Amino acid sequence: MHLFAQLIYTLSGSTKTNEKLQALAEYFTHGNEKDKVWVIALFSGRRPRRTVSGTQLAVWCTEMVNLPIWLFQECYHTVGDLSETIALLIPETKGCFSPSFGGGQGEVREGAKPLHYYVEKFQQLEKATEEEKKTFIIQSWQELSSRERFVFNKLLSGTFRVGVSQKLMVNALARTVKLDANIIAHRISGNWDPATTTFEQLLSEQATQTDHSKPYPFYLAYALETPLIELGEPADWQAEWKWDGIRGQVIKRNDQLFVWSRGEDLITDKFPEYSILQSILPNGTVIDGEILPYKDGQVLNFNVLQTRIGRKNITKKNLQEAPVGLFAYDLLELNGEDMRALALSERRAKLEKLITGLQIPWLQLSPIVTFSNWDELTTQRGQSRNINSEGLMLKRKASAYQVGRRRGDWWKWKIDPLTIDAVMVYAQKGAGRRSNLYTDYTFAVKDGDKLVPFTKAYSGLTDKEFAQVDAFVKRNSLEKFGPVRTVKPELVFEIAFEGIAASNRHKSGVALRFPRISRWRTDKLPTDINTLEDLKKMLELYGK
Amino acid sequence: MPLITFTDKGLYCEQGKFYIDPWQPVEKAVITHAHSDHARPGSQAYLCHRNTLPLLQLRLGPNSYQVVEWNEKVYMNEVTVSLHPAGHIIGSSQIRIEYKGEVWVVSGDYKIEDDGFSGVFEPIACNTFISESTFGLPIYTWKPQHEIFHDIQNWVRSNEVAGKTSVLIGYSLGKAQRILKALEEVTGNIYVHGAIWNVHETLLKAGWKLPAVQRITPEMPKETFKSSVVIAPPSADGSVWMRRFTPHSTGICSGWMQVRGHQRRRNADAGFALSDHADWNGLLQAVKATGAQKVFITHGFQSVFSRYLNEIGIEAAEVKTEFGTEEEEAQLAN
Repeated sequence: MHLFAQLIYTLSGSTKTNEKLQALAEYFTHGNEKDKVWVIALFSGRRPRRTVSGTQLAVWCTEMVNLPIWLFQECYHTVGDLSETIALLIPETKGCFSPSFGGGQGEVREGAKPLHYYVEKFQQLEKATEEEKKTFIIQSWQELSSRERFVFNKLLSGTFRVGVSQKLMVNALARTVKLDANIIAHRISGNWDPATTTFEQLLSEQATQTDHSKPYPFYLAYALETPLIELGEPADWQAEWKWDGIRGQVIKRNDQLFVWSRGEDLITDKFPEYSILQSILPNGTVIDGEILPYKDGQVLNFNVLQTRIGRKNITKKNLQEAPVGLFAYDLLELNGEDMRALALSERRAKLEKLITGLQIPWLQLSPIVTFSNWDELTTQRGQSRNINSEGLMLKRKASAYQVGRRRGDWWKWKIDPLTIDAVMVYAQKGAGRRSNLYTDYTFAVKDGDKLVPFTKAYSGLTDKEFAQVDAFVKRNSLEKFGPVRTVKPELVFEIAFEGIAASNRHKSGVALRFPRISRWRTDKLPTDINTLEDLKKMLELYGK
Repeated sequence: MPLITFTDKGLYCEQGKFYIDPWQPVEKAVITHAHSDHARPGSQAYLCHRNTLPLLQLRLGPNSYQVVEWNEKVYMNEVTVSLHPAGHIIGSSQIRIEYKGEVWVVSGDYKIEDDGFSGVFEPIACNTFISESTFGLPIYTWKPQHEIFHDIQNWVRSNEVAGKTSVLIGYSLGKAQRILKALEEVTGNIYVHGAIWNVHETLLKAGWKLPAVQRITPEMPKETFKSSVVIAPPSADGSVWMRRFTPHSTGICSGWMQVRGHQRRRNADAGFALSDHADWNGLLQAVKATGAQKVFITHGFQSVFSRYLNEIGIEAAEVKTEFGTEEEEAQLAN
């Protein structure tokens, strides 16, 4: 656990990619064999299942250190991180020297246990009684140093996140095992159990052939950075609508069907509609596409899909109210052969042949947007919102299907967001690097002489602006409700968002998609903000 | 009539006709210590500890100053006033006020651990205690000074090996001198920012023994700082002034570094939770040791700390002051 905790601190403490890469490569060279497999699993989104709740952890911690639960909550709101709060509240055991969160290296203690011991113990405890879980966790808290305790809690609560992309880890692995990064990215994708897989097996030649579910790493685009004219000849480019759904990969191999999301979750069961593909797709087929709410030839608002994606069991009612389609973007495998190195134009031709041959109404080719010059394309983009699209995708016709997020051949060109002016009415302290600062705000629009809260937004201001708003909140808070402060409605902000939908869960009657602060309107007064009526008009225009 | 009232200008003793650390100009000001949120300019007469005097003169210029020793009694009208070590920075004092058998103590800023030159915090029995609460949450528990020094020393050594200059950030009065103590054992190659130099020189003139340092001047070539250690105040962090030390690693010394998020926000390469304030246990220990029947909690986590004190049977109330008000500056300074 010591080496792993140190790795996490190096990774989270550094802002330099090279340092992170170095730290990971070093870990993959010196780490415990079983631990290394867990590190690959953790950094590719395979977190151990959460077996205890945050509340349980909080209660056990307060019992252990004899503090009231309200005081724990106060600490938590200041630290902004449950795992760290617990790590800080439990005093260091005697003889268990550990450096503070910041500096120092620390020393490995006698009898210290490795990472996989703890992670595998969590898994074993999944079905254990609450008392057994509690005993194990309290004992672990006592034997670990504060740094290790923090990492342990992160693993426990299933909120394990570090500033390391999968790509970075793959590069570090590539540096250690002397394999091509693209090959590694493919090897570590899909279905494998870190508890029973060895480092050797995972990175050996045989592994891919036996796992039929294994998806290809997704090719992702950056936002367009240059004027269109610099892309060159319009004829070299294919334009498609950028759809707002769930990017997914549909795999048919060995008579089995697998549906993967971009986050590499296996979501086959979530979309029973797709089961028919199991019998009609030929074996050895992999399609990259977008899972979309779709009815009578129309793409619906993303909000419709949201009503069913979070559910464990999909009911008949869900299927009727939120029917899905699949818009096929690309063909990655055909007849068991990897197509990714072919040019997009060739892959598209094969894809068209496959999809049109199947004749399934909800399985569509992602339509190509035709244009003869860039101006024409710009006009087309203006139509995006009318068909529930987020803008355009630009793909070079000669492009191969690459691994991960790349510049050059694919670009996304989103439409400008919708905006509205609102006043801040509530504030709460943030988490992570915003700990102990008021950075999470709720905004309201006018309704006559009343203010109606309609959205929260957490991002979009600079550190300096956050510091100014934080100071304002501290001076102008009216009431305190737990962690939330009501503040004098004085500061006006422009809120940007991608979409709007009707909602009966919100007082305002609307729910926004991806709301964020686009700028602080220091030039505006609270009397100048938009009204509930304005929001409702937007709902009417774009909320379908 | 309570011995101290909380007024717009600061803590006021009506019976003795004086203020303690007033934030507006007054006739008579008793000063706990020389940090800028406690020692403000413009008052007609100041009373402080002998060790505070040169620092006050540095910050406020010439004024009418009266100095006392710790435990020396001064009579103001019918009130007996005495200063007692607070352990926060050099000269920092608690103010004890006695009138007709009733005793109040104003803590100023304090810490319990002996840092080697600020004097050892003295618990004083009183009826009413007015305490700071900068770090009044149980997540703030400090490691002993020698362990933090050990961490700082190891960090400096590893930077040396990596060929980097170590830049340590700490408030010029108090923290910088403690950092120097920590560095004494590992290097003689120490450079300081002008703000730190000013305090350093003042302390040397006043007879304090401090490790030798060199003031950083614009003419110094970049190579001068290679593999050296630099001490700079928070205001310099992230400024152009820092560029001359590249390649360097930055370590911030502040109690706020206890929390990772704060450290990340400051973009520091390392954070050392070295504070001149009492931690949670220190605050509790100090409050209990006074045996006070009533406690007032000022700047910091006052609502949380006072609520907790009430729950454990110590009558407490929170008080709004203008100490530690310049939020970011205060966070940097602690």
